[in-house]
Amino acid sequence: MQLRGSAKALGDALAVLLVLVLPGCTPPLALDPQTPQGRAVAGLIWWFTGLCTVIWILVLLGLAFAIWRPRLVPADPLALDQRAERRSGRVVAVLIGLTGVIVIGLTVLSFAAQRQLFEPADGALTIDIVGHQWWWEVVYNSPDSSQTLTTANEIHVPVGRPVTLDLTSNDVIHSFWVPSLMGKADLIPGRHNDLTFTAEKPGIYNGSCAEFCGMQHAHMGIRVIAETPSDFEAWRRQQLRSAAPPASESAKRGEALFESSACAFCHNVSGTPASGQVGPDLTHLASRSSLAAGTLPFGRGQLAAWIADPQGIKPGAQMPDVRLAPDQLNAMLDYLMGLK
Amino acid sequence: MSFSDIAANRGMRDTDMTDEELRERLTRTWATKAGIWGALTTVDHKVIGRRYVVTAFVFLLLAGVLAIIMRLQLAQPNGRLLTPELYNQLFTMHGTTMMFLFAVPVMEAFAVYLVPLMVGTRNIAFPRLNAFSYYVYLLGGLMIWVAFALNLAPDVGWFAYAPLTETSYSPTKGVDFWAQMITFTEVAALAVSAEIIVTVFKQRAPGMSLDRIPLFVWSQLVTAFMVMFAMPAVMIASSMLIMDRLIGTHFFTPEQGGDALLWQHLFWFFGHPEVYIIFMPATGMVSEIVTTFSRRPAFGYMLLVLALLSVGFFAFGLWVHHMFVTGLPQLGASFFTASSMLIAVPNGVQIFCWIATLWGGRPVFKTPLLYIIGFIVVFVVGGLTGVMLASVPLDTQVHDSYFVVAHFHYVLVGGAVFPLLGAIYYWFPKFTGRMLGERLGQWQFALLFIGFNLTFFPMHILGLAGMPRRVYTYSEASGWGGMNLLATTGALILLLSFALLVWNIVSSLRSDEPAPDNPWDAPTLEWATSSPPPPHNFDRIPVVSSRYPLWSDPETLPVVSGLAVDTRELVLSTITEARADVLDTSPLDSIWPLLAAIATGIGFVASIFTPWAVVWGSALVGIFLIGWFWPKGTAEDEI
Repeated sequence: MQLRGSAKALGDALAVLLVLVLPGCTPPLALDPQTPQGRAVAGLIWWFTGLCTVIWILVLLGLAFAIWRPRLVPADPLALDQRAERRSGRVVAVLIGLTGVIVIGLTVLSFAAQRQLFEPADGALTIDIVGHQWWWEVVYNSPDSSQTLTTANEIHVPVGRPVTLDLTSNDVIHSFWVPSLMGKADLIPGRHNDLTFTAEKPGIYNGSCAEFCGMQHAHMGIRVIAETPSDFEAWRRQQLRSAAPPASESAKRGEALFESSACAFCHNVSGTPASGQVGPDLTHLASRSSLAAGTLPFGRGQLAAWIADPQGIKPGAQMPDVRLAPDQLNAMLDYLMGLK
Repeated sequence: MSFSDIAANRGMRDTDMTDEELRERLTRTWATKAGIWGALTTVDHKVIGRRYVVTAFVFLLLAGVLAIIMRLQLAQPNGRLLTPELYNQLFTMHGTTMMFLFAVPVMEAFAVYLVPLMVGTRNIAFPRLNAFSYYVYLLGGLMIWVAFALNLAPDVGWFAYAPLTETSYSPTKGVDFWAQMITFTEVAALAVSAEIIVTVFKQRAPGMSLDRIPLFVWSQLVTAFMVMFAMPAVMIASSMLIMDRLIGTHFFTPEQGGDALLWQHLFWFFGHPEVYIIFMPATGMVSEIVTTFSRRPAFGYMLLVLALLSVGFFAFGLWVHHMFVTGLPQLGASFFTASSMLIAVPNGVQIFCWIATLWGGRPVFKTPLLYIIGFIVVFVVGGLTGVMLASVPLDTQVHDSYFVVAHFHYVLVGGAVFPLLGAIYYWFPKFTGRMLGERLGQWQFALLFIGFNLTFFPMHILGLAGMPRRVYTYSEASGWGGMNLLATTGALILLLSFALLVWNIVSSLRSDEPAPDNPWDAPTLEWATSSPPPPHNFDRIPVVSSRYPLWSDPETLPVVSGLAVDTRELVLSTITEARADVLDTSPLDSIWPLLAAIATGIGFVASIFTPWAVVWGSALVGIFLIGWFWPKGTAEDEI
């Protein structure tokens, strides 16, 4: 019979699926969270998934039995057995009641997690995140402007302390999502949203923009680097310094070139005349682990490629093609690689 | 004037006439004229309905091909098949075409074709408006696809969030074409809704009281009301957007005092009901098919009708669950958690009633029923992931990820396309006079079921693994490669399934074996006439005395007599009890709907380029409307 045939085909397909997917499988990031907030959501996902799976199986069992159960039904389609109808009616009424109870239960479960998740955190470190097409501006604000630091695309946080991100956008809507830490929140121009998480283990947590934001939405990666409080403090102090002066003749030529060309219109390098505010702050560029919002890992070769052909690597990016002679490019790289 | 007075006073009547003579004369009165002129002027709901269905299916195939190309790009990390520009255009065109040019119109198409037959009347109410609506829909679809071919496609996604859609970020005309395409299709949808509501309320066969209306007709009636309330929101939104872009109104630009979130509220106030506008007619199809192939009345007819009404009502109170991560106050958001969960109850009621119908019947496993069983298996998954998305904390993880992509394909393909395919196998003999091949149909079903699950199930896991939607590529380090390859394989199987459907349709149409009038022994009125129906639908309008007229009167239906045969005349009945009320005329064929639609199209397209087109475009349309409504001096013109 056809139906049995397709049921068997379904079984085969599922078997193939499991064989293909399971080996070497790590749990999906959202189900392997590294913060209490992430765990609250993951717990909820497991609860909902478990319950929904049970419901689905029960519905299918009911359906299968309705199809295949033995029956004695008269040929006249309008001759209904009233007793059987009443029985079905009672079963359906119970099922509707159960649906209501389950739905209310899940709602309560959801409300409880919601309370836990969105409670304001005491003593949180606040970091301002501004979305740009297609990178993230990261500002550690302080009432004392000498203690304010700006970086891009990589957020360093201390473990054990709640961190609240203040999210807004400079252009279109973006969405901040690092699944192993926490759910997402949108960055909306003209509005401020916040997102709180407490990293528990030092580590590197990757994420990306989740709201379609234009041509390079796919290349808008974000990286959260959780460190011990002392490592974090050391990083912070280092980032507060002005840019390292160029160490070689070539690097000096690179700096002069940087300041006299288009670069300085868009990029800031603290302690130098370059003070553009359009692109990422490059004061400590060489201390970062990736380039162009996670498009490339950081390294001299990648940086050379990025400067030489940004439109080939990330078409549509705001970084223009700047024509540099090979020796100019080398000098530029010497300079930028020294911005630790 | 009473019913019998009219009957006595006017022209030739169907009393004292042999069946052959009656059929011949009625055919002459109602038929579409031969040739191109006849094709362009026809107002027959069956001809228009068939065109609607075919056009919507062409758009389905086009948008499906786009999906296949996208899946090929994503099959491996760092795919190089498409540029980001093209990929972004493809997913925008895929979503836009599927939602606005396929899913909603195809359901309207089935309403246009079937509702008049199922309620036992000779044509849809406002048949010229019906023709107009089809042409407007066709022009809107052509416009956006021509723009795509000219590399002017929108690339901002089918829900086109501001301010990405504003001129500063989307300087090309793509977004304007998108916004105006909305206007075209919504004008068409509103027109069809008005026709359906009036047809159902006023043109039912005598005796078809409200509690005897077929469930498919109920679902289309509720859907029509939803369209009336939902579509204006999106038309306002798209008009505001086009004004922002054309004359700088700043509705959605925060830097000039506008608000980016306003777009989302307006869009989703339409967008969520939209999902039900697509799904509800599909539930109507399910009810009809389950009833026919269970060989018994639908279990819980009243419950099913109440479920339709409550879903239609609640659907308007859920839209904020698309905006849980936009930073709305938690208390407000939690209200929408509760309402979104609640809608699971009436949807559950429907599932339980269908299973109870199968339980208490004698299921006959023809192809249409296979699709309905597949629908239950797949749709329940989508419904349950929908319950998950209703939870604010849970949604913060899966929102805008591939989990959501998986969810809405389970709901829309599982909930609407599976029943739609079942409906095609079920009503194909009525539409065309030919049966579709059963064996091919079963193969198609098997491929569809496997291909669909293989494509979309892995996406749940991809979403939880952090893959955001709408990315044109991903890195190898992400670890998403294997699951994406699986999804692409499934997509190719889906393609094969639809190729089989096309093959099945083509080979059936070329066969010489006519379909019987009622091949499935179905109980509703569309099966009481020939396959395909004559231009006037029924030689004599049936009189209905039960919910399942062809089961309770299997030999001969009682009929109304006294209708005109040389003019287009039909019976109007009272709203609740469907007592025969008056005889009314139904409009003759006319070229004016086509001309007015072309004028409307010119106005809409030109207003993309200059706001002045709104001024002269209105005048242009006005001229054609005057022509349309000018008294023509025919019998059908007089009241």
